[in-house]
Amino acid sequence: MTAKWTPKPSLPPPALEKGIGGWIYKNLFSSPGNAVLTLLGAALLLWAVPPVVRWALLDANWIGQSRSACDPLSADAPTGACWVFIKVRLGLFVYGFYPDPERWRVNIIFVVGALALWPLLAPTLFKHSRVQVVYSIAAVAVVLILFGAKPAGAALGFFGLPFLLARISLKKRLPTEAGGIKGIAPGAGLALLGALAVYGGLRWLLGPAPSGAIATLAALLCLPLIFAKPLSVMLWRGIFLFTVYPLFVFFMLVGGVLGLPHVETHYWGGLFLTLVVAGSGMVTALPIGILLALGRRSEMPVIKTLCVSFIEFVRGVPLVSVLFMASVMFPLFLPEDVNVDKLLRALVGITFFYAAYMAEVIRGGLQAIPKGQYEAAQALGWSYWKMMGLIILPQTLRLVIPGLANNFLSLLKDTTLVAVIGLLDLLGIAKAAMADVEWLGFTKEAYVFAAAVFWTFCFGLSRYSVHLEKKYHVRYR
Amino acid sequence: MNVIRWMVVLTVVIALGMAGSAYAGTLDAVKQKGYVNAGVSGKVVGFSAPDAKGVWAGIDVDFVRAVAAAIFDDPAKTRFTPVAFKESFTALQSGEIDILARNTTWTFQRDTKLGLEFVGTLFYDGQGFLVHKKLGVKSALELNGASVCTQSGTTTELNLSDYFAVNGMKYKPVVYESADEATVIYDTGRCDVYTTDASALAARRTVLTKPQDHVILPEIISKEPLGPAVRQGDQQWSDIVRWTLFALINAEELGITSQNVDKMKKSTNPSVKRFLGVGGDYGQHLGLTADWAYRIIKHVGNYGEVFDRNVGPDTALGLERGVNALWDQGGLMYAPPIR
Repeated sequence: MTAKWTPKPSLPPPALEKGIGGWIYKNLFSSPGNAVLTLLGAALLLWAVPPVVRWALLDANWIGQSRSACDPLSADAPTGACWVFIKVRLGLFVYGFYPDPERWRVNIIFVVGALALWPLLAPTLFKHSRVQVVYSIAAVAVVLILFGAKPAGAALGFFGLPFLLARISLKKRLPTEAGGIKGIAPGAGLALLGALAVYGGLRWLLGPAPSGAIATLAALLCLPLIFAKPLSVMLWRGIFLFTVYPLFVFFMLVGGVLGLPHVETHYWGGLFLTLVVAGSGMVTALPIGILLALGRRSEMPVIKTLCVSFIEFVRGVPLVSVLFMASVMFPLFLPEDVNVDKLLRALVGITFFYAAYMAEVIRGGLQAIPKGQYEAAQALGWSYWKMMGLIILPQTLRLVIPGLANNFLSLLKDTTLVAVIGLLDLLGIAKAAMADVEWLGFTKEAYVFAAAVFWTFCFGLSRYSVHLEKKYHVRYR
Repeated sequence: MNVIRWMVVLTVVIALGMAGSAYAGTLDAVKQKGYVNAGVSGKVVGFSAPDAKGVWAGIDVDFVRAVAAAIFDDPAKTRFTPVAFKESFTALQSGEIDILARNTTWTFQRDTKLGLEFVGTLFYDGQGFLVHKKLGVKSALELNGASVCTQSGTTTELNLSDYFAVNGMKYKPVVYESADEATVIYDTGRCDVYTTDASALAARRTVLTKPQDHVILPEIISKEPLGPAVRQGDQQWSDIVRWTLFALINAEELGITSQNVDKMKKSTNPSVKRFLGVGGDYGQHLGLTADWAYRIIKHVGNYGEVFDRNVGPDTALGLERGVNALWDQGGLMYAPPIR
């Protein structure tokens, strides 16, 4: 006789292993020591967080336009923060002394920059060309609504040209190896056509004066690009962001040539100065850093010596002294009638300073690439630049993302040091705001605000670097 | 920060070498530029700071506006660059700024060794003491054994130790990096006394939790004459800046204000007539127009107006004129006559 075997129903997991209770037990109270630590931590949070929240949010003054809204004498409990102080001078914090009627120019570079950056930061969302097209049209429409026809014309060129360029190079793939007359003639024709188109567009946008020169420059820059391999819309976007956009920013901010009033860098300040310094520093320091790193590993003695001495010299001095040098000493060496803009001097100083640091980070990455990679490329008969550009550097840069992100973050925060040479960045403006006779005694608010803004940008940057790391699967396991 | 100290030394050495080559003709350069560029401190309450709209305000700022008014008949033709003291001398020397108006104390070394030329005193300041009323102290001489909050690395700290040593008293220094920090510590009662320049003490008192419970003691233990400076070697320019200061003071003495300056043009008082350029052209000796002083008073006001507007009793600082009153009212403000 066979007894049918029926398994007993399985026992439920022990109470301490499941659910919220289990999680709490496992993670917070697994041993007496941990339990003590947990309780201490909770007590610390309870002690520290509520007063901060009460100060910054619950008891804070948000309403009003003048000092009296937060006057300690008029209110019964003057315990909270006075955000009115920040509110009334928000313009100063964001634009510095940039003249009021011209502030839209700062806005437009913010808006166009953000619109151009988004597809590059999140390329997965923009895989389909249809999404790209719709997004570009939307971007132009945003600019049209916010700023009017002429800026929209510029935006149309900025967002539309990548499609055109990608199409041209995809369809007419010119034989690069054949070269010679056959290759150059249609390329030159295309460049000429493009230059004419650019010239026409610029005439309409900016008036006659500088457009011819810019168009010629654009044509000259585009000529080699036509012979290059076909590039996707996305890549053209990237190229535009690093070539056309800085020019656009420069002309918009400085003015003078575009029928826009000239605004000297003396009037720049606040958050936008911080972003200009940090942005241009990051964009220019990285390529210089790569070149320095390659130079330091080069076998040519002159180049190697130059790179090593530059890097070691720059790493041996603090940034403050570099800025001080650029702002105070440099003008003394110049003839009296030559005057290099103070901001430009500071920018060059910061760029070279950070280039040296980035060079060392990148050199660390270069050393991690196995020798076989170099040898394989050389066995294929590739030139030095082709080997570096296509095999070594892509792997290197992927490896050094955390180090580079580190440098970028410290660059962003070090922009506050421009205050020592009389440029008022976000923190400088905040400090100046504390000395306003009408608004004495709101130092906490000013510092907290500046810290919050810096934290937002730095946190965004570091999250983006984590995203990049994940995307390129950098794992050291 | 040793490197910076070396930089300063190097800067000064090089600058001294070049001091002889300072170019003449600042007035022409300023006229050509179309504005007066002034180096200011940028964050001293009542002296120079931007307001909520980004418009600069303060005594130093108004003084620079007066110079611009004398030259251009337009006080807005000015530009304010925040400079650190370390940087200010080279900024003057390289022509980046035309006037240094950053409440700098006029001292022997700065006038002689550094090659700055001080044109006069715009504000007589001095180091004072702030104490809580509950201590019942009436004079600084009763402060024996007190703990004193102050800022590190300033002349304030040296003055303090000198004063207590001279008077045979002991004190406990509580030194902080920034004035903000020192104020907060004083406010929580961790030290009995807070010391810094009297004008700054008044500003600091307003940010305490209960300003009315604190009192500034009458003793002023140091001389801090704050004044504008120009670079050495341009006599015409330093004359213009110096006489702008004297015009501000003379106007108050003559009773000319921005309100009545037009009426005063018809005055029979020969001093007033000379001042306003009605009788005789005194402006030509400065390279300016005959009505240079009229322009200053019309646009900026006299010294008393400037004082009251920025640091006077009706402002948050609430300073009395004290030593900054005119000489005939018991103060130190005295200007040579225009004749």
